[in-house]
Amino acid sequence: MRTTTVVVGAGHCGLAVSRHLAERSIDHVVLERGEVANSWRTQRWDSLRLLTPNWQSRLPGYDYRSHGGTDPDGFMSMPEVIEFISGYARLVNAPVRTGTSVTSVRRAGAGYIVDTDRGRWECKTVVLATGGFNVAKVPQLGDAPPAGITALSALEYRNPDRLEVGGVLVVGASATGVQIADEVHRSGRPVTLAVGEHVRMPRLYRGRDILWWMERSGLFDERYDEIDDVVRVRKTPSPQLVGTPERSTLDLNALTDQGVGLVGRLAALRGAEALLSGSLPNKCELADLKLGRLLDTFDEWAAESRLNGVGPPERFAPTRVPESPPLRLDLARGDIRTIIWATGFKPEYSWLDVPVVDRKGQVRHDGGVVTESPGMYVIGLNFLRRRKSSFIHGAGDDSRDLVTHLAGHLDSLVAA
Amino acid sequence: MSTANVDNGVNVEHLLGARQALSEAPEAAQFTWKATNEWLNGTHSRSSVDSYHGLGEEHQHRSTFTFEADHPLVFGAEDNAATPVELVLAGLASCLTAGVAAVAQNREIQLRSVKATLEGSMDILGILGGDPDVRNGFNDVKVSYDIDADATPDEIRALVAQSQKRSAVYDIITNPTNVTVEVD
Repeated sequence: MRTTTVVVGAGHCGLAVSRHLAERSIDHVVLERGEVANSWRTQRWDSLRLLTPNWQSRLPGYDYRSHGGTDPDGFMSMPEVIEFISGYARLVNAPVRTGTSVTSVRRAGAGYIVDTDRGRWECKTVVLATGGFNVAKVPQLGDAPPAGITALSALEYRNPDRLEVGGVLVVGASATGVQIADEVHRSGRPVTLAVGEHVRMPRLYRGRDILWWMERSGLFDERYDEIDDVVRVRKTPSPQLVGTPERSTLDLNALTDQGVGLVGRLAALRGAEALLSGSLPNKCELADLKLGRLLDTFDEWAAESRLNGVGPPERFAPTRVPESPPLRLDLARGDIRTIIWATGFKPEYSWLDVPVVDRKGQVRHDGGVVTESPGMYVIGLNFLRRRKSSFIHGAGDDSRDLVTHLAGHLDSLVAA
Repeated sequence: MSTANVDNGVNVEHLLGARQALSEAPEAAQFTWKATNEWLNGTHSRSSVDSYHGLGEEHQHRSTFTFEADHPLVFGAEDNAATPVELVLAGLASCLTAGVAAVAQNREIQLRSVKATLEGSMDILGILGGDPDVRNGFNDVKVSYDIDADATPDEIRALVAQSQKRSAVYDIITNPTNVTVEVD
């Protein structure tokens, strides 16, 4: 089979790309191993809601209101996200081939051969829209957890009731870590949270959602080629946010109030012991200072733009660090029964037979353009082109830019 | 970006260049730091440092540096030099202060004075073997910085926080390390 462009993955990014390709009448297919919005269906825990408010969920030619939504300040549950993205697939009439797993992508002349379990596609351009969260990153920390401890990743976690009764060590304090810690602790399983580098954010600031500030102040639109050290920024953990009807803040102080025990970063597993870093005070200091700088940025923008309708500037109490948190946990004693790794995710490119993957398993790209392999593009990764790139609404601008580049590449093939 | 007016004596361009080069050639980033030590008498010993390995080859320091250590009079020793644990505090302080200077240079903050005071608290029943529940090492380490610089208090706190984030000795002290000791 032949087409001009193969898009791998029918999530929100792949569909947004499809919409822009269709606008330019570029012949294409969207290959999807499962159903539309597959990872949202199969790789998320039961209670998860988007951490972006509903009004911010928008894709090219589509938004929460046009989808029929009536709660702009709410946060979508997973069934609602699946319906939102499926509605978009119907709206743009995307040529999605579901149940089609890509087994290989390789170069052939000026184009590509894409092999799937349902046949071969020959094409001129390929867009990798498989996302950045396919596989849980679990650090190698020495010994395996001792017998009697169940270890699972955030991708495998579904709900507290599936965990054994007893204590739980949650490793990592990103959005994933704090949300799971909160839910598991509320279920009566005492949680110890191992905290490394993290990004603290209040849900509301001066009466508005913090992501409203991110968007309106222009921070979400900051470009990858305008900031210092994009490599570091792309590795920044997700902010400590949760989408709840109460619009509540879920920072470390909120978890401490609930009784969650904070400890330092998990440094090593040695025999039956978990060894913890003594760096917790500095990790919290770094996050508090970074939040302060973020709020300064918002306040300056609000003053410059003479913003009305928001509350006065606020500052939040420093993170309360335990006086002397334990430096080791005895995992054989029985009070901890489960370890949940919330230590990040990474993409999975075992099917990509083009040498563009670096030693850390990431595709080398320049704002989504895989310059080492002309005609190849990647989308939906952290800070791909803009700070908002990994958020649903980030797909709009990125897909437009990349399809513009892709169309230029096709023109150059014709001209050659 | 102009750094003409800020000079803390740190060659930031060299450091940033090295980071860029070593990210592309990670094997050259593998360093081995070395020291030798010789017993003098009693608890008194002398360590020497003269070379290290890195960037794929052996390097000589500009001269051989020596560091003596001993135990104090209250331990029945001669107090010929600082105790080893005080050298650890000195190592931590030197590492953090170097980091403060480098980060300040990178952020274009002029330093006028940087002073640190360190305290490591220890229950010596541990090293005396007097209580098996007491560890040998520090119970905690407190570092207090007094910094005069052209910056706001939060910017100065951020310098010190970033220095900890990038410090080797801070990492060595706060995290476990596998240590192998052999006898030839």
